[in-house]
Amino acid sequence: MKKNWWKILSLLLLVYTVVGGLLMDVPRLFILNESIRNLYFHVCMWFGMMILFIVSFVYSIKYLSGFNLRNDIYAHNFAAVGTFFGILGYSTGAIWANYTWITDQSQSLGSVLKEPKLIGAAIALLIYGAYFVLRGSFTDIDKRARISAVYNIFAFAMLFPSIWIIPRLVGSLHPGAPGSESGNPALNFKDIDSRLRMVFYPAVIGWTLLGAWIATLKIRLQLIKDKTLINE
Amino acid sequence: MARRILSLLKKDLLLEFRQQHSFYGILLYIASTIFVLYLSIDKPDGAIWNGLFWVIQLFICVNAVAKSFLQESRGRMLYFYSVVSPVEFIIAKIVYNVILMIGMSLMSLLLFLIFLDNPVDNSLVFVGIVILGGASISIVFTLMSAIAAKAQQNAALVAILGFPVILPQLLLLMRLSKTAFAEVFREGAVIRLVGEIAGLDVLVIVLGIILFPYLWKD
Repeated sequence: MKKNWWKILSLLLLVYTVVGGLLMDVPRLFILNESIRNLYFHVCMWFGMMILFIVSFVYSIKYLSGFNLRNDIYAHNFAAVGTFFGILGYSTGAIWANYTWITDQSQSLGSVLKEPKLIGAAIALLIYGAYFVLRGSFTDIDKRARISAVYNIFAFAMLFPSIWIIPRLVGSLHPGAPGSESGNPALNFKDIDSRLRMVFYPAVIGWTLLGAWIATLKIRLQLIKDKTLINE
Repeated sequence: MARRILSLLKKDLLLEFRQQHSFYGILLYIASTIFVLYLSIDKPDGAIWNGLFWVIQLFICVNAVAKSFLQESRGRMLYFYSVVSPVEFIIAKIVYNVILMIGMSLMSLLLFLIFLDNPVDNSLVFVGIVILGGASISIVFTLMSAIAAKAQQNAALVAILGFPVILPQLLLLMRLSKTAFAEVFREGAVIRLVGEIAGLDVLVIVLGIILFPYLWKD
């Protein structure tokens, strides 16, 4: 029970996020209106993804410094859950854009989604997709672990230009573009209304903990499967 | 160290001169791709020309650079393993591929100008951009080729691994090359773009130097 406190916390925070996020008062801005509630889901997915990728990156470095297969399993599963969060973040963002960015009926969603921020996010997901393809192409377990750890570190390094730097340089409808003067969306205190913050920060923690929970379950399953391979 | 890098580089260049079929193979690849473009579209406007040019660069690079690690046989790798350090080896490979790719890029630029008209306003600037772009693309693909050489189905894997990773650089390059198409940029924006591309290159090279020792031992 002692070790499980964070799972209970995650559950409580997520219940609060869903109930509070849908029922509590939010500022109603022009165009955005009630859709701002998507902040509790869409932005949290990216936070979760980034944190899970950082964890995966750290485990890849740990693998290369000690060649312990356990670290490779950790790195793989954290990256997998991180990618899943990324896909969820992309789709929640696309739904949001569908209702807020399209200004007239003739505009298709496809044309709106050709945004620097979204392209960057798609690139990041493709890079991690390539990571899983690379893993799949090996039969030798040690070789797979070593080469994919190298690629994972490389992928993490390329994440920064694609999702943090390039979208900041070019104009975009997405918050955080040069025109909007908002710097990093969501992290800036002046940007986000205090009513939103009441739910937003707990939501970030809740979703991230949920991601870590899913990852640990997958890792435990994998560790049991590969029991014979890992010598402690 | 510098001497050993130079002799590795010399060995790669000599191999290229001796086994001319691969060199001419790539040249033929460039010529025929551009000729196909010439047959299918005549006089594309600037934006399309620019897009086509960089896509062709990408495919040339996959073909030219991908073989750099695949051509080394197992026995030869074992020999290199005993005489040079991995850092020297990867630096030599990167330098060689940069030279090769810049040559190929300039060649394809020439063919583009001959076959597909010249929408470029500032040719000298564009040649500079092509050199920068050729170098950046080849550095990334050298690393991807080193990774893919360790897997079995390697030739296809180079493209799968490389395309997503090269996209940020390619987007910056396409943006930058618009300066040569007489698009007016804000003051300092061009320098900043060049700086960013160069910065990314440095990042990739540093990562390659750090990570290649792990790839190399089997």
